[in-house]
Amino acid sequence: MSAAVKDHEHDHEHHDHKPSGIKRWLYTTNHKDIGTMYLVFALIMFFIGGAMAMVIRAELFQPGMQFVEPNFFNQMTTVHGLIMVFGAVMPAFTGLANWMIPMMIGAPDMALPRMNNWSFWILPFAFLILLISLFMPGGGPAFGWTFYAPLSTTYSGDSTALFVFSVHIMGISSIMGAINVIVTIFNLRAPGMTWMKMPLFVWTWLITAFLLIMVMPVLAGAVTMVLTDKYFGTSFFDAAGGGDPVLFQHIFWFFGHPEVYIMILPAFGIVSSIVPTFARKPLFGYASMVYATSSIAILSFLVWAHHMFTTGMPVAGALFFMYCTMLIAVPTGVKVFNWVATMWRGAMTFEVPMMFALAFIVLFTIGGFSGLMLAITPADFQYHDTYFVVAHFHYVLVTGAVFSIIAAAYYWLPKWTGFMYDEKLGQWHFWCSLISVNLLFFPMHFVGLAGMPRRIPDYALQFADFNAFISIGGFLFGASQLLFVWLVVKCARGGEKATAQVWEGAEGLEWEVPSPAPYHTFETPPHVK
Amino acid sequence: MTKTRSLRWSLPTLLLAATANATDMPLNMTKGVTEISRQVYDLHMTIFLICCVIGAVVFGIMFWSIVRHRKARGVQPAQFHESTKVEILWTAIPVLILIIMAIPATKTLIAMEDTTQADVTVVITGSQWKWHYKYLEHDVEYYSLLATPKEQIVNKLAKGENYLLEVDRPLVIPTGKKVRFLMTSDDVIHSWWVPAFAVKKDANPGFINEAWTRVDEPGIYRGQCAELCGKDHGYMPVVVIAKSPADFDTWVNGEAERIAKAKAEEQELLAMNMGMDELMDVGERTYTAYCAACHQPNGEGLPGIFPALKGSSMALTDIPGHINIVLNGKTGTAMQAYAKQLSLKEIAAVITYERNAWGNNTGELVQAADVYAVMQGKGE
Repeated sequence: MSAAVKDHEHDHEHHDHKPSGIKRWLYTTNHKDIGTMYLVFALIMFFIGGAMAMVIRAELFQPGMQFVEPNFFNQMTTVHGLIMVFGAVMPAFTGLANWMIPMMIGAPDMALPRMNNWSFWILPFAFLILLISLFMPGGGPAFGWTFYAPLSTTYSGDSTALFVFSVHIMGISSIMGAINVIVTIFNLRAPGMTWMKMPLFVWTWLITAFLLIMVMPVLAGAVTMVLTDKYFGTSFFDAAGGGDPVLFQHIFWFFGHPEVYIMILPAFGIVSSIVPTFARKPLFGYASMVYATSSIAILSFLVWAHHMFTTGMPVAGALFFMYCTMLIAVPTGVKVFNWVATMWRGAMTFEVPMMFALAFIVLFTIGGFSGLMLAITPADFQYHDTYFVVAHFHYVLVTGAVFSIIAAAYYWLPKWTGFMYDEKLGQWHFWCSLISVNLLFFPMHFVGLAGMPRRIPDYALQFADFNAFISIGGFLFGASQLLFVWLVVKCARGGEKATAQVWEGAEGLEWEVPSPAPYHTFETPPHVK
Repeated sequence: MTKTRSLRWSLPTLLLAATANATDMPLNMTKGVTEISRQVYDLHMTIFLICCVIGAVVFGIMFWSIVRHRKARGVQPAQFHESTKVEILWTAIPVLILIIMAIPATKTLIAMEDTTQADVTVVITGSQWKWHYKYLEHDVEYYSLLATPKEQIVNKLAKGENYLLEVDRPLVIPTGKKVRFLMTSDDVIHSWWVPAFAVKKDANPGFINEAWTRVDEPGIYRGQCAELCGKDHGYMPVVVIAKSPADFDTWVNGEAERIAKAKAEEQELLAMNMGMDELMDVGERTYTAYCAACHQPNGEGLPGIFPALKGSSMALTDIPGHINIVLNGKTGTAMQAYAKQLSLKEIAAVITYERNAWGNNTGELVQAADVYAVMQGKGE
């Protein structure tokens, strides 16, 4: 990368034309401001969704009904899922994309800054609508985040209309965010920043953005069909009118499976940035990482029915989806092997971002193993809809996606704030999170294998001890995240000054601008050699 | 990094400590009691062990690297960043492992889906929140409901041994015979699951799914509904009793006789009038078992989802309408048709109860004959 970059940066801080106060945030078209808003929003949603998880774990602490009614319990599992997927993980990744992609490719901003503002500012309304629906007579959506028909159509309450509207808004926001990422990466790369020189975070986000624009409209179609089935007399999912309830699941999972990769591909990019930095060694197999990510993205469109093995499908269909699903293990394995090979014979240090990235590699791989087990159709008949599945997707989503987001936050916080975070506090946060998250999710494997179905508010006595244990893990994990908030606030307020490069082994354009990154960066594009 | 390692060892220890106190919770998938369930268990263990070996190798190398290749030891980082040979190798080896794994999985799957040449066929119909079993070769059909009393669920009574896994009338099947299940649903999607048989199949409204089992040993096998099906999804257990073929024949013939007798008695009932006390007594029991889940024990329903009966105009005025909705349900809502679920006497009693409980003091009695009249289309 060019040393000439720095020459352009000196003069810009003093001519930031930004309004002050609330107007700065309402009207902003600056990718850094919007990125910050996305990240703060995701953090708030993480705690709201987390509070719902606490309600779930409190009720499941003991057999019998103690705190909530079954109907409210179902609302909690439903809205917890929706908020964590659409409100926490996805906006967090979009926030990281906003902050980092322009700085990584040497662009002055996102390509479509006004749309960027809009795609953020409709999000709070989407979630406001979803949360308000909980206070309707009969409560909010209670049909699971997967909203299978006809439970979500004929048999749902009127909050369904609000749910549909809110998902539409989330979808519009995601699609606009994705278009912005694609246009930015295609058009605003600095001279010399060829495709195969792009940082992997940029690559993985580019592929994610394509997945988003391909599947979010499918989700919009699914919720619209639910809406018309419920209110306008159509029968897409009603056999009595010539429809098919299983059709809903095909449409939903045609969205849902790529959606899973939408939530993990950017995580791969983050880990691929952090590991080389702290191993002080270039990423092993850059090209194969790009190809592996693309293969995963393509395969993600061919495996949707592995969520539906018990719905009754022809043997040939089940076999096709089983084989394709098993195949995904190959590119995913390549990624894990590449990270380990990057560490091999490096000179590693273990600051908090690296700790979270290492935990990601191990725990995401455990989630990958249970995913491989779930792919084996005959065994899936036993695992399906039990806590084994709950354990699986929390390993890939919490210790996978969420850990990568936390790792990214630690990695780039000094660049964002200009101050080093409190390393000791960060290590405390890491160890508390690591231990509690495993107390929380690991025993779920056993509970599921022993036969406890998911989404039940009450359970047979044999599951009692494990559930109590899991709940304690859950409360500890929830409490541990408060350390993170404290740390972020502390870091934003001050601390040891960060250098431009921040980390000894860090390489890339974002580390060549000062810390904190000035309001405008790369107004004149750098030259990448 | 020794911290990381000691943590990884302490986790299983912690889990084992928790296990020691657990009330008999198995830590692994059941081997079950059928040829298929044992094959499934073997597949599960094979893939699990493969994952363990791969995990041990990958994590082993990773932790070795974490211990050895750290800056604190003064190492200089190497700069290599690709090796076509290695990359081809670690793409090809997993492919081979997967192919080896796919072969037995395919065989088992094909065996599981072969529902031909069944000896006994049972139609299983799910509805919110109970199972209905109908033996195609015999005149036997009945509903199977959760038998755990509400008092145990709300912690007013001590929980029994089979809390939430007990039903009033279990499914009975013969051992050593191929039993085919035809699954469907009357409302939302349910999923019938008995882990010991490795049978889990969705019951989809408007469609029929097939599954089968051949149980080796007589016994009682318990499972649950596995697909979220609304409010009381957690209260929809499956209990299956496997009996020797001789015992099964005795049972099924006795059942057919009992059902035929009950039908005959029902006709006699038409001429009889029951008193208020008897109707209210039977009605309350029926209401608690069949209606209270939605309309609630106090008749107030759940606003926005399930309508109140207390003070509702139908329960206060319209008798034929009231009988009609209980008999036939209301399409497009969760209200089920009870004509085939309850006897005429029970329907008469529950309607009487609904018209006289919670301050709905209409003083009106509904008799089995009134219900029968509506059923025959004469009561409109």
